[in-house]
Amino acid sequence: MAVDLERPSNFITTRLRQAVNWGRKYSLWPLPFGVACCAIEFMSTVSSYNDISRFGAELVRFSPRQSDLMIIAGTISYKQAPILKTIYAQMAEPKWVIAMGVCASSGGFYNNYSTLQGADHVIPVDMYVAGCPPTPENLLYALTRIQERVEKEGFVPSAARHPDRVGA
Amino acid sequence: MSQKLVERLRQEFGARILGEASEHGDESVTVARDDLPLVLAHLRDHEGCEQLSDVVGIDHPGRQERFEVVYLLRSLSRRHRIQVRVDVPEDEAVPSACGLYRSANWHEREVYDLFGVPFAGHPDLRRILCHHEFEGHALRKDYPIEQGQECTRPEKLFSDEDIAHAARRANEVSAQPGVVLDEVHPSDLLTVNLGPSHPAMHGALRAECLLDGETIIEARTEIGYIHRCFEKEAEDHTWAQVMPYTDRLNYCSAMLNNSIYAMAVEKLLGVEATPRAQAIRVIVSELSRIIDHLVCICANLVDIGALTNYWYLYNVRESIYQSLEKLCGSRLTTNYARIGGMSHDLYPGFDEEIKAKLQEMEQGISDVMKLVARNRIFLDRTVGVGAISTADALSWGYTGPCLRATGLAWDLRKEAPYSGYDQYEFDVPTGENGDTHDRIMVRMAEMIQSRRIILQALENLPSGPVDVDDARVILPPKAKVYGSIEGVMNQFKLIYEGIQVPAGRGYGFGEGANGELGFFCVSDGTGHPYRMKVRPPCFPIFSSYAELIEGGMVPDAIAILGSLNIIAGELDR
Repeated sequence: MAVDLERPSNFITTRLRQAVNWGRKYSLWPLPFGVACCAIEFMSTVSSYNDISRFGAELVRFSPRQSDLMIIAGTISYKQAPILKTIYAQMAEPKWVIAMGVCASSGGFYNNYSTLQGADHVIPVDMYVAGCPPTPENLLYALTRIQERVEKEGFVPSAARHPDRVGA
Repeated sequence: MSQKLVERLRQEFGARILGEASEHGDESVTVARDDLPLVLAHLRDHEGCEQLSDVVGIDHPGRQERFEVVYLLRSLSRRHRIQVRVDVPEDEAVPSACGLYRSANWHEREVYDLFGVPFAGHPDLRRILCHHEFEGHALRKDYPIEQGQECTRPEKLFSDEDIAHAARRANEVSAQPGVVLDEVHPSDLLTVNLGPSHPAMHGALRAECLLDGETIIEARTEIGYIHRCFEKEAEDHTWAQVMPYTDRLNYCSAMLNNSIYAMAVEKLLGVEATPRAQAIRVIVSELSRIIDHLVCICANLVDIGALTNYWYLYNVRESIYQSLEKLCGSRLTTNYARIGGMSHDLYPGFDEEIKAKLQEMEQGISDVMKLVARNRIFLDRTVGVGAISTADALSWGYTGPCLRATGLAWDLRKEAPYSGYDQYEFDVPTGENGDTHDRIMVRMAEMIQSRRIILQALENLPSGPVDVDDARVILPPKAKVYGSIEGVMNQFKLIYEGIQVPAGRGYGFGEGANGELGFFCVSDGTGHPYRMKVRPPCFPIFSSYAELIEGGMVPDAIAILGSLNIIAGELDR
């Protein structure tokens, strides 16, 4: 975007794609797929002290059809997996996914008969956040990284960003 | 008293009592499978055992009667406990206790799911924690811990026949003389699925409701979406390594789980924590109780539309978290207690900081009370909603604030004091009607009592070490590890082989944030738990949920769920 500082006016020159991406970046609507301990830290991230609305992502939607950022907060079990898959499919493009915490990223220290060893076994994940559970600051950092990608990449459908996962 | 109970049972049943045992203060009798209903009925009707706390399955491969099923009974009126054990070979059934105790339904389903022990006469013997496509029984010793099984689709809880049956029942109920109502046809009924992935259902609980208009005429619940195999993991780790797993049971009050787990293992070891460790455990436990209640109430209020209260209460919680993070490096999953002591002592200035935060908490509670106590909408949404009587609550296995809301002042901190709770002055708040309103108000009052306890404990904090002086359980100081061969050996043995808990079994329990939290530990002396069964307070409470919401509307179901404070991590383990 460019503003003429010498002769200030009401006009900004930019490219449409840039303006749209800039807007999209600061208006991510997260869907918390909160199933375990991490969901409590997600609550902390939303609350006053950490205040996710500083990054424009405070409009938490519980309907997948209205959201563009899924935050998987918690352990995904084999029983939960088909539900996660369905809900992801119900989100409209463009969509991004954060795997919050080690359980969602890799199963964490639950290496057992009931725990899926990472949510990326069923849906594509864009950002992994370490921690058990990650601190709110950590999650906010992941959010800003997603924002950078949104600004840079723009409207790239999830399937194009994860070509290896087509049909997953 | 307990000793006498076993004697009385022997008098009553003579040779039908096959054996009796007393270990670490837990009395138990062994009976034949066919005598089980008789003995349980006698205990319930003549010995005042109102509550079936838990049913524990144990696998002994190689034994002729491979499985052991232990029924844990508790009398609240006469203050005694007893365990009734039965042995059962593979593929043979145990008579179900569902006709006697309502809580038996889910407890027995769990034993069936994880061990494959069938229960004769059980009305709904299905899997409960593992998914419906799972094959085999996970807690059998021959089931490999890492063998996952994929689930391809969620289970449907109502079949077409069930819906037709519900419609017929609805017609029978409405067929009263003088009342003419349109006949309910199965196609009039709407199936609405609540959860499992919705914040109002706390992330991992599922209820399928059949609606006639706006009224829920029948509901069924399903759990197990966050079954993380705590019990199997415990068998796979040493006693000390289980501690971080306990954090993640009830993740809203990890310190409480830590302390009660440490107590349960100490019971088996015959070790008692030092006075300072006990007082620290009381302080951090009560802080956890406050945090747990804050989350429960603020989430419950948000669910019924009162958002402002969420910020008022959550800020207090955030503030306490900051102290906990300072204390143990982590906000949620604290891992602070150790078997035989604590990870480390309190930091300097802890007491002043906590006192200030408790002041903030009181302010937060009073702000919220101003907003809700006489708020018409709040009262309409909560008073009389999801009410349960004391007798029903006991039969369902309720403990903790949900039981106290029905008017029964039962609190394990008073009834079976541990960690020096008998030295502190505090009241046990109760409700009257056992409804959503009372459950919220009991929690509000309990936070004030917890504050009283913390202030007294901080005032009289004993000096001295936090760890017991026992090389069997406590790691040696680093100077010894680096300076002497004995120290190195001690450290090595404790880390690699684990704490050598002597063979035996014991049930350690305490008052968790939601009620009686118990750990039934069986040790075979190898350094790993042979069997570890958690008695989560939520589990029996949530088993009553379907019945509580039937007859109400969907928004009531959400309000009730919030007030029961079901924590999925603890429910599914």
